[in-house]
Amino acid sequence: MADNQLLALSGVTLAFAGNTVLDDVNFSIPRDAIVSLIGPNGAGKTSLFNSITGFYKPQGGSVRFDGQELLKLKPHQVTASGIARTFQNVRLFREMTVLENVMSGMHCRTKSGALAAVLRLPSQQREEAEIRAFSEECLAFVGIADEANREATTLAYGHQRRVEIARALATKPKLLLLDEPAAGLNSGEKVALTELIARIRNELGISVLLIEHDMGLVMKISERISVLDHGKMIAEGTAKDIQNDPKVIEAYLGQDDGEGQS
Amino acid sequence: MTSNSNGAVPTHGLGPFLQDARLRWVVAIAILAFLVVAPMIFGSYITVILTNALLYVVLCLGLNIVVGYAGLLDLGYAAFFAVGAYTIGVLTIQFGFNFWVAFPFAVLAAVLAGVIIGGPTLRLRSDYLAIVTLGFGEIVRFSARNLEITGRASGISGIQDPSLFGWQIRTQTDYYYVFVVLAIIAVIASFRLANSRLGRAWLYVRHDEDAAEAMGINRVQVKLAAYVIGAIFGAVGGAFFAANLGAISPESFSFEQSVLVLMAVILGGMGKIPGVILGAFIIILGPELLRDLGEFRLLVFAVGLLLIMLFRPSGIWPGRRGA
Amino acid sequence: MTAFDVVMQQIVNGLVLGSFYALVALGYTMIFGVIKLLNFAHGDLYMVGGFVGFLVLSAISGITGGGWTGVAISMFLSMIAVGCLGVVIERVAYHPMLRAPRLSILITALAVSLVLQNTVLSITHGQYTAFGADFGFGGVNLGNVFITYNQMILVGIAAFLMIGLEVFVSRTQYGRAMRAVAIDKDMCQLMGINVSGVIAVTFLIGSALAAAAGTLAGAYYGSVWYFMGFLIGLKAFTAAVIGGIGSIPGAMLGGLILGFLEAFGTQLPGIGSEWKDVFSFAVLILVLVFKPTGLLGKSEQERM
Repeated sequence: MADNQLLALSGVTLAFAGNTVLDDVNFSIPRDAIVSLIGPNGAGKTSLFNSITGFYKPQGGSVRFDGQELLKLKPHQVTASGIARTFQNVRLFREMTVLENVMSGMHCRTKSGALAAVLRLPSQQREEAEIRAFSEECLAFVGIADEANREATTLAYGHQRRVEIARALATKPKLLLLDEPAAGLNSGEKVALTELIARIRNELGISVLLIEHDMGLVMKISERISVLDHGKMIAEGTAKDIQNDPKVIEAYLGQDDGEGQS
Repeated sequence: MTSNSNGAVPTHGLGPFLQDARLRWVVAIAILAFLVVAPMIFGSYITVILTNALLYVVLCLGLNIVVGYAGLLDLGYAAFFAVGAYTIGVLTIQFGFNFWVAFPFAVLAAVLAGVIIGGPTLRLRSDYLAIVTLGFGEIVRFSARNLEITGRASGISGIQDPSLFGWQIRTQTDYYYVFVVLAIIAVIASFRLANSRLGRAWLYVRHDEDAAEAMGINRVQVKLAAYVIGAIFGAVGGAFFAANLGAISPESFSFEQSVLVLMAVILGGMGKIPGVILGAFIIILGPELLRDLGEFRLLVFAVGLLLIMLFRPSGIWPGRRGA
Repeated sequence: MTAFDVVMQQIVNGLVLGSFYALVALGYTMIFGVIKLLNFAHGDLYMVGGFVGFLVLSAISGITGGGWTGVAISMFLSMIAVGCLGVVIERVAYHPMLRAPRLSILITALAVSLVLQNTVLSITHGQYTAFGADFGFGGVNLGNVFITYNQMILVGIAAFLMIGLEVFVSRTQYGRAMRAVAIDKDMCQLMGINVSGVIAVTFLIGSALAAAAGTLAGAYYGSVWYFMGFLIGLKAFTAAVIGGIGSIPGAMLGGLILGFLEAFGTQLPGIGSEWKDVFSFAVLILVLVFKPTGLLGKSEQERM
């Protein structure tokens, strides 16, 4: 793979108890790109996310990210290497404020330990201030700075999704993986989300890979689209290529409940 | 203190009462004043009981880090208490060390024990830790009872009173003040840990391990840190316990001891420092107030623990844990 | 005694010990299977089973005598009583906790264990209670090794109970439902399986097996006391982990392995019988480090 690829998967194979979920998947994301991963329900999209981020351990293949092999890494090491993610069903930390949720992202970019905390060393105090400042910046970026003090799980659903994105941004990633970010959003919120994703790439220089069922959104912002069906990559290309690909049409027609829900 | 009720980040480890920093100072100074004059007002009998309660405050705050902050169940906490006490006993009696020379070894031994037990276990389901620590507690006691160097069943006696910068710690009142200082240090350390990067990480991991991992938090490392820090509190308590009594024996470190400390933490309210302190005092003073309980003592506590879990799992101190 | 005799003797000892461990480990592993709870109270149900067995035997020994007939009847009644106690515990203490954080239910289990232990402590004042079984000392000689009839009967009863359980789990409707619930509780709910009922039956059987072991242990060793369930609870967990927690054949296998390990381990130079418990705990740590899924456990990746 050429150096202009940020992430490159080759031959990734994953099986659960004999059922093949991912079958020899080859897939790559260029630097500075917005890429979408689509496919019918149960195609293995989230499993692919989990394999990239270290939550699942594929039986074979390789996942190279920015010159580093990720396949043997634990999820926290993958995040530290520069990949952040959100979850399909929002998973915020209960009983904690929005700001505290976002501060979790800074954990892997800071290092004060127990002793520094007990002694309140100046370096620790500085770091605490830094964590807070950057987390507030991330919240401002996604447009919910004024909700910082509220308990995260009491927010409106659309805002909870934004907290998740802010939390992922706080890990200072090079690549952001969004798992169905538009699910459950109304059309106004979807427009705002589209803008936000574009700004993440354009202003922060972070590449974005999204899994999404909302084809309108996908066609609008993706530079490239990959299609997964039954654990196999069946097509890859621009929005136009994909719309006209007979294999893709067949994969979607073979499924009766269509798009829009997971 | 960094943040108060106006800040965006709530102060952890207190519950809703003491969110205001000024109120916190008033309460702290009032309690401190009481602790300083207590031995002068009450007789030596009460001073001994208060010393014991303060020891429990240290132990309970240590276990609170493991159970209350990190959400890990440790059923063999007395083992770390024993490791601290026996390290002091063995090194001062068998090897002629000074107390203060032996003290760092006591802490080091607890850290090592914590890493050896927690390291492999914390990679697995968290509940395995509960039963492994239960076994570990028994092993430490068995070993103390069967080894020559720890004095077998009769234990170790004749442990010297330490002195500090020329002050010979000797009388019961001296020890009382030593434990006042230890308890204050434990409270401050717990509070600062709760409101730090590591303290937040414990909450993240406790609430959602997968999401915490996805945020770049090494859950094994973070849990191990909690377990080992808890071990250090236990060993420090044990070291001074040994010096105070001058004699230790295996039965001081039984399963019952671990259970009492755990009960105090849960009764008061896991994760809430004032609640845990309250719990420690209830566990120590309760039986004193109800002297004729006798062998019903543990039964009363056990039923209390069950009722707390069924009807008020966040303990008697108001507010949810962690906040 | 020759080396062969020592080995034979320890095989017999290991078999007896292993039968107790296996019976208790079975309940541990079954309950873990259906509600993913380490039931700390399980060892105490064994203890309560011992006491109920003692009470029944005291009441009926006038008619049946203290021999195996009396013990068998005591064991059977003890199994019913403690089985029901297990169901009550599940309903009252664990059921309301199934959706609570894991820590809460673990502590609740501990609380139940302490309540059982200290209730018996208060009643018996912490004294050992003589069981009152009256066995003969007959047996057979195998070379220099003497095997008592008691040992044979005990292992026989344990084997009978385990075979019965295996038949129940593999052949009956409830057994199949139990295995299904262990795999996916929510799915079973959707499929119309009475999940609560399955959980109750699991507690009934698991607790009854512990009670059987408790009564047999009381009769075999001659006394019962309030703390007798503590160590065996720990050992049974070890046995369940060795076999692979959640696996029923694993618990049987793990119990026997642990029994043999202890019997032979205490023969090793430097490990006297006072180190027996330390030895089995060391085994637990080693298994958790090197093979946490146990011998018969499945090492499937956890799905998120």
